[in-house]
Amino acid sequence: MGHILLRHRDIPNFSQLDVYKKNGGLVAFKNAITAMKPEDVTNVVKASGLRGRGGAGFPTGTKWSFIDKNNWPHYVVVNADESEPGTFKDREIMEGNPFQMLEGVALCCYAVGANVAYIYLRGEFWQLAAALDENIAQLEEAGYLGDKLFGTEFSLRIHTHLGAGAYICGEESALLESLEGKRGQPRVRPPFPPSVGLYGKPTIVNNVETFANVQPILAKGADWYKTMGTADSAGVKIFSLSGSVKKPGNNELPLGTTFRDLIFNHGGGMLDNRRIKAIMPAGASSSMIIADDKALDTPMDYASVRTLGADLGSASIIVIDDTVSMEWVIGKTVHFFKHESCGKCTPCREGTYWMQNVINRLQNGRKKEDVDLLLNVAKQMQGKCLCALGEFATMAVTTGIERFPSDFKA
Amino acid sequence: MSLAEKYPKEVKNILSKYPVEFKRSAVMPLLYLAQRENGYVTKSAMSDIAQLLDITDTEVASVVGFYTLYHDRQEGKYRMQVCADLPCALRGADKFIESLCVNLGIKVGETTGDGLVTVESVMCLAACDKAPMFQIQSRDGIVYHENMTVDKTLELVQALKMSAQEVK
Repeated sequence: MGHILLRHRDIPNFSQLDVYKKNGGLVAFKNAITAMKPEDVTNVVKASGLRGRGGAGFPTGTKWSFIDKNNWPHYVVVNADESEPGTFKDREIMEGNPFQMLEGVALCCYAVGANVAYIYLRGEFWQLAAALDENIAQLEEAGYLGDKLFGTEFSLRIHTHLGAGAYICGEESALLESLEGKRGQPRVRPPFPPSVGLYGKPTIVNNVETFANVQPILAKGADWYKTMGTADSAGVKIFSLSGSVKKPGNNELPLGTTFRDLIFNHGGGMLDNRRIKAIMPAGASSSMIIADDKALDTPMDYASVRTLGADLGSASIIVIDDTVSMEWVIGKTVHFFKHESCGKCTPCREGTYWMQNVINRLQNGRKKEDVDLLLNVAKQMQGKCLCALGEFATMAVTTGIERFPSDFKA
Repeated sequence: MSLAEKYPKEVKNILSKYPVEFKRSAVMPLLYLAQRENGYVTKSAMSDIAQLLDITDTEVASVVGFYTLYHDRQEGKYRMQVCADLPCALRGADKFIESLCVNLGIKVGETTGDGLVTVESVMCLAACDKAPMFQIQSRDGIVYHENMTVDKTLELVQALKMSAQEVK
């Protein structure tokens, strides 16, 4: 079977508009705005079982149906801030298959009644933003973006907006603050963006990969989409595979593929044939999974990964081999989160700072009381932070110490 | 000359993306525009932007301070920003950056004697499968360099040196 999201891997020059159109592109969008009611588009997405691909896994169609219809205008925002260590899938989609993502955005705008969409890209994707501007201009010229499209009353503009290096802007409310021209610090939620979002107006924020799924769902139908994946987690997912494997890279596979299949088949097995020790399925934010046979044979869908005491998140699988100490790993993850903490809420700002200090001390001479203190600080942060970043910062620390105690023995 | 006088077309284009009553949204793209000139944002450029958007200089400065890709002082002409986060580190990024710095005779965060290259250790750049890797930020924007070795990087530095001399 060919790719559904990474179609550029099967079809040469797929990032060109004429090639995209020749292969079925933009039919779904034209059909939707000329022959479908907006709520019908949302209903198809709902029926497909598509869940958000940014990490939280919230049902996409349900989110769209939450848009407040008593408050206008509406906005759609693409979260292209891809910054989670271990995640590099959105970049490939936007580079290789930009029009499919843009068509998904356009479909969403029609479904929720938005006439303006913003694509918020991390600042490092500077060249990518320029290419997308070019793609958008081509769509305008071809009559797929602009005023009163295809003789309907529906008008649509899409703009890119570059961030400037801040992991926190991947958190949707921080992203909206940033897009409004402020420091990217999360808002207190609720209210959620479908009620109060960009400029205080109802807004749908979804990840790049989520939007890339929308066009095939509208083109081929919800029933077709549900034939892939599991009952709980429909469809395909891009698994970004990194760390100690022979062939790191993106792999588009049905949800429910096992860790073993991904790492040893698609990933070519372990680097230098070392032994696998741990898996972080959701990037640096992840809990550490002990990579035993049970874990390796677990299907990668949202519910099954939870049985291992972890979350699938954005499916950024970092593989760790047995030459690596967990103390070193959490040193890396905590360093990251301390740098990226936005400073707004105290548990995260102070907690990441102290975790870093205690880890530095541990690395200069391990003492049991410091391991206990580190665990204590991490647990004090849990459940108390304004957004998920603070929680994420503790996951590798607590599960690293609890699941790999010998790496922390004084 | 103010930013709006220097780049009238660009400023107009940027402002046209956002609703007039929310023009503050333009602060980030305007800062990138201002940074083109010197590789960092000057105090007077921050004031220009504040005036354009009807916000205070302090509000503009707080945005500059929050995001890592804006700079308020001069460093090397090319900022070599190496990712040393967990996935890259599992593929040798720490050794790469250490050896690179030894070869360039500087420490992480420092600039080569000729003012050309600053080596920085940065957070994840979404290229975990192509480590070791870095981006080079300069007045011309940001360019990725992936699957790098120390030798290839030193060649690149040499090439940057040559082109800098030609410009002189």
